[in-house]
Parts: sequence; C-alpha cells; structure tokens
Amino acid sequence: MSSFWNIWVWVLTLGTLVGCFTLLRYCLKNFAGVPEGESMGHTFDGIEELNNPLPQWWSTFFLLTIIWAFGYLALYGLGNWTGFIGWKSSNQGILSLAESKAQVIAAKENGYLVQYDREIEAADIKYGPIFDGYAARTIEDLATDKEALKVGQRLYLQNCSQCHGSNASGTTGFPNLTDKDWLYGGDPQSIKHSLLYGRNANGMIAWGAALGGDQGVKEVTAYVLSLSGREVDVASAAAGKEKFALCASCHGADGKGSLAMGIPLGAPNLTDNIWLYGGSQRAVESSIKNGRAGVMPAWKDILGEQKIHLVSAYVYSLSQK
Amino acid sequence: MSQSNASSVDYNFDVVRQFTVMTVIWGIFGTLVGVLIAAQLIWPALNFETPWLTYSRLRPLHTNAVIFAFGTSALFATSYYVVQRTCKTTLFGGKLASFTFWGWQLVIVLAAITLPMGYTSSKEYAELEWPIDILIAVVWISYAIVFFGTLVKRKTSHIYVANWFFGGFILTVAVLHIGNSMVIPVSMMKSYSIYSGAIDAMMQWWYGHNAVGFLLTAGFLGIMYYFVPKQAERPVYSYRLSIVHFWALVSLYIWAGPHHLHYTALPDWAQSVGMVMSIVLFLPSWGGMINGIMTLSGAWHKLRHDPILRFLIVSLSFYGMSTFEGPMMAIKSVNALSHYTDWTIGHVHSGALGWVAMVSIGAMYHLIPVLFNQGRMYSIKLINVHFWLHTTGIVLYIVAMWISGVMQGLMWRAVNTDGTLTYSFVESLTASYPFYFIRFVGGVLVVAGFLLMAYNMFKTIYAKDDSLKPVAIG
Repeated sequence: MSSFWNIWVWVLTLGTLVGCFTLLRYCLKNFAGVPEGESMGHTFDGIEELNNPLPQWWSTFFLLTIIWAFGYLALYGLGNWTGFIGWKSSNQGILSLAESKAQVIAAKENGYLVQYDREIEAADIKYGPIFDGYAARTIEDLATDKEALKVGQRLYLQNCSQCHGSNASGTTGFPNLTDKDWLYGGDPQSIKHSLLYGRNANGMIAWGAALGGDQGVKEVTAYVLSLSGREVDVASAAAGKEKFALCASCHGADGKGSLAMGIPLGAPNLTDNIWLYGGSQRAVESSIKNGRAGVMPAWKDILGEQKIHLVSAYVYSLSQK
Repeated sequence: MSQSNASSVDYNFDVVRQFTVMTVIWGIFGTLVGVLIAAQLIWPALNFETPWLTYSRLRPLHTNAVIFAFGTSALFATSYYVVQRTCKTTLFGGKLASFTFWGWQLVIVLAAITLPMGYTSSKEYAELEWPIDILIAVVWISYAIVFFGTLVKRKTSHIYVANWFFGGFILTVAVLHIGNSMVIPVSMMKSYSIYSGAIDAMMQWWYGHNAVGFLLTAGFLGIMYYFVPKQAERPVYSYRLSIVHFWALVSLYIWAGPHHLHYTALPDWAQSVGMVMSIVLFLPSWGGMINGIMTLSGAWHKLRHDPILRFLIVSLSFYGMSTFEGPMMAIKSVNALSHYTDWTIGHVHSGALGWVAMVSIGAMYHLIPVLFNQGRMYSIKLINVHFWLHTTGIVLYIVAMWISGVMQGLMWRAVNTDGTLTYSFVESLTASYPFYFIRFVGGVLVVAGFLLMAYNMFKTIYAKDDSLKPVAIG
C-alpha cells in the first residue's frame, strides 16, 4: 500500500473513532436549551421528544468500547503498520511446503506472530510423533494395522472422497479404488507415487479426425466393445480392428492397456468391461472422438509425505480384501 | 390513534396505499419461497428436477423478495407517509412518486423472472443483472428526489428524527448500489464486475453488510421512530440519545463489511478494522432500542391489550438481540466457529423476521385503517393470532439454527487423537436434518401469519368507510 493510502486509512479510521468520542462527550452535556427530562417543545404529527440524559451505563459502555478499539488496533496494527505484537493471520503467497517453511523462519526472525504458524506448530508438536512412528514402517505393514488404517481412512474421507466416493468405489471419470483394475499400478509404491505427484492422463487426444470422422469412430468403437465380449456388428468391428493399430501403441495390440505392457501411461485395459468414462456405445464413441483428460492432482504440498504414506496404506488395503 | 392530523393538508396517500398493500402481498410471496427452499433442504426431490425450481435459483429469489420486495415496499410506504405527516406537506415531485411505485414493482417482477431463469451476477443480494441494476438506480434516485424534495418544502422548523434515518438510508443505499454494481456488460444479460479478487469481495461485503446496516437497520429505525411513539401515544424518550446514536450508527456501520471476510485473502488490517468498528457499533445500535422501549415509560400496560404495540416492542427486543449477536460474531475467534454455519442464517433471520418484519407488520396494522378511512383493523383478535404465530415461528427458526450452527462449527473443528478431523462434511449435514425440519415448521407459521394479515387487510379495505369504530384500549 502506498503511503498515500496508508495515511488515508489512518485518518479515516482514527477520525471515525475520535469523532464518535467527541459526539458522545457533546451529547453528555445538556445543550438542548431545556431542562433535562422535559419536552423539547416541538411536535411532529403529535409526537413530542423529551430531553432525557443518555443512560449512564450506556454512555460508559460506549466509551469503553472506543477505548478498547484504540487498544486493539495498537496491538494488531493498521494500514502498513503491523502493530505492537506483529500479528498476522497467515503468511501470504505460498505455493509449496518449502516456501511455507521459509516464510515461517522469516516470520520468526522478524518477530511476527503468525496465527496459522502457531497453530501448525502446536499441532506438529502434539501429533508429529504419531506420524513419525507410522512413517518409519512400510505401507504393506501399515495396511494390516487397524489403528493406522483408521487414520488413513479419515484422511481419505476428508481429502479424497469428494471425487472417489466415501466407499472409494469411484464414479464416472474417477477410478474405483477397491477393485484390482489399476491405471498406474496397484502396488504400494505406485499408489504412493500417484498420490504424491498426481497423474496426468493427457494421452487420450481427440481421435475423430485421425480416424476419418464419425464412420471411423463407430468402427473402432465396435471393435473396442467386442474386446470385452459385447455383441457388435461384425463388419464394423473388422474395419475397426484395422484402425486399432493407432490405439495399440498405448493400449497394447491386445487392448489390455499400458500397464500390461509394463508402462504406467494410464491407458486403460479395454478388455475387462470396466469403463472409467462409461461403457455405453455412445460414451465410448465420445471418448474416442473427443478424447479424455483425467487429472489426479499432486497432494505432496497439500498433505505432506507422512500423511500420504498413511492414505497410501488405506487405499492399498482396499484392494487386498 | 391518529386523529391529531391537520387534515387541511392534501397528503398524497395513493402511493402509500399502493406500497402498503404490496408490502403484505410480497411478504407472503417472499416467505413462501423461503419455506419452499427450507423444505428442499430436507426433501431435495421438491425441486422436481426442474432447473428454475432448484435451490440455487430460488434462494436468491427468496432473499431479493423479502429484502427488496417486502422490506423495501414497507420502507417506501412508511417513509412517504411519515415524511408528509411530520413535515406537514404533500410529497414533492408530483407523478414522480407514482413512478417510483410502478418502477419498483417492475424491478421486482423482473427479478422474479430472471432469477429463476438463472441470470445472476453471483453477488449476494445484488444478483440482478445490469439492465435491472440501471432501472433500480433510476427508481432510487427518483425516490431520493421525492423524499428530499419533500423535506426541503416542509412546513415545520425541524426535521423529525425518523426522517434522518429515512434520509440516511436512501442516500447510502444509492451509493452502495451504484458502487457495487459497476460492471462491464458483455451481453444483455451477462456482465463482469469491474473489481477483481479480494477487492471485488470487499466491495461486495461493503455493499452486503450495509444493505443490512442501512436498508434493514437505519430505514426500519425510521419506521420505529414514528410508529412506536404514535401507537404508544407517548413522547420519544431522549432527543439527545437519538442524535448520538444516529450519527454514531451511520458513521460506524459503513466500516463493518470486512467482518464477512475474516481469515481470507483480505489484508489483516482491514479485517481488524471491520471487527473493531462492528464492536464499537454495538452501543449505538442499542441506542435505538433504548429510545424505542423507554418511550413506553408510563404506558407499559398498553402492551397487555394492544397487539400492534406488541409487534412493535417485540421487534425492538429482537433488534436488541441481533445487534448484540452481530458484534459478537464479528470477533475473529468467534467468527472462526460461526462462519459458514447455520448460525449466520439464524442471526440473519432473528434480524429479518424478528426486527424488520415485526416492526413493518406493526406499522402496517397501524397504517391500513388510517389509509382506508377506518377506525381500526377489521379484527384485533386476528392481529393477536398473527402476533403469536409469527413469534412462535421465529423462536422455532432461530433456536433451530443456533443449535445446528454451533453443532456444525464444533463438528467441523473436532479432531481425533491423531489430529485428523473427526467428521466428514456429510456427517455434519446429516446431523442438521432435525433442525432443518424445525426451521421449516417455524417458516410455515410465519407464512400462515402473513396470510391472516392479508385476509384482515382486505376485510378492512373493503369494509364500508368508517364502519370499523376504534375500540378503547387499556
């Protein structure tokens, strides 16, 4: 804030408070020209006004709040001035845990009292040892520990259930986490990697034009549906099979997906009748024609590695039953 | 009652009558939409899978209908009435007053069409799109011309305190509306705010809180300052108190907006100023309540027999309660618990149903017989029934919202021994259902009261002139 606006804020804020104080003092005196308790002498449509004094408890209380207001602003600051205790609600412009840590250190050096930092610090002291203990164990080990799974489940419900569902069975566009069908791998390390760094499924571009328009899309759809044993038009499927060469580089020549080829590209298995974006003819056509771009965000800087370790254990346990 | 008028003045009561009748009609409409959306929160199927019946579109319709259709019509009716009676002169501007009536009704009808269609600027209480905003500005400036013109040509030496409040509210709402509605139109029904990010949020809540502060508080204090002494037939308690609380109220309220944005991207100092001013505002707010209730000194027995006075005085009790609650909720650490919960909804409704609606209803019951040449309302008994329906409805409503609000706040912050949150969001929602139902019942009682009022009003209007004789009260 420029010093002009800083002065503007100070003058208006303090001016309002001083104005209220002056007004109160003025009205405490009997300036009305008639004795207290008597009528002001003018009537409006039959309504008279009495010149009663301000109730004392009221004016005292009002005065106290004005004095308190100056005290609060002195402690907590006004405009560019940060006040005597240097209070801040939080550090600003933070984009990662590393930046946050740097600002925490800077705030301490400059003598700021950052409320968010204080709360985090208190929580870390209280809960840190619990998570340190879990972090030292493997995900496979935690997946058999009931207490650890409870922590993992709570974190899951708060942070993951919005997309993947409370029971982790997913919905259109958001994978089911309870089955054995994995896009990027269902082993503990792959799951943890997905959680830490996110996944960006940007390989499924719009194929409509490359396949020669709607006719080509229909043919490939017929072939893809036939892979999971669905009844389709045989001629279409045969024509689609020719064009499937374009798809094979990611989904594999047999359509069993990139993971079957040992590469975590996120290209789904097309033969198991599990459909991330719907298995109706129309939905598959739309996937092929317009493409799909699923995104799993990176949680590293939101939850931190220790908590992700526990969520990984919970998610891993879901498909181990 | 009000026989003390100098009937030599040819008052313009036509526009007052029009606004008075529409106040009752919009009161029914606005609360009915409120009850529907309250029911939708319990039974979502009540949106019938119809886009224009969904909660998201009807909620702004409800708020706009009760604030701008019901509440503002009541303000138009009473301010036009009071300014004429206390200035002993007819309204300034001739047909302009009539234009404000038809213009304002057009605004309401346009809102009732465009909001369900999904047109919205997405700013709370300022959802209407830019062509309607321009119409509002035109009508409002006409209102200001009529009101202040009447003040200028007054036949009395002083300006009565009720008119300070009406004048303050008219002026400030014009500034707020025009300031917050500055947009760049991209088509007839779509526009973008000229402000961005945190500044846009600050402008919105500067407007939003002062819609409460000036429209719903200052304006209705104007109503209080005429109708309470008039109905109680007692002098106003303290002239000096009215001066200090008027000036302190208007100069402090305008600062309170940032308390809607605690712990957000708004700079910390702005949040602090919003909180500090909200707390200093507490006593000036109570000044109005003290002045109103103390006006009853020596006339307390009238409450026993006069349900109209009961509406007015209970409204002041709710006013006192919600203007105490407001500053408390503006404290950062209290707000950390209350914000985003039903507590806020409860607070708003103790102000809106308790203060705004009750003082308006009391004023309307006083006004209707005067405007339609009768000595009293058709049925005093029905006013009493309305009073108890409305009061019971509010109590059910706000108590339910307090409980569910505090419960939600506590559930959202509850942590397990490992530091993880105890409840997921949906668990707090499930726990709120019983209270949503109690709120719905409260709302039904309020609507029932409004329906009785409409019946009573039309019976009074259509009764033969002067056939309803005043009954001696107390």
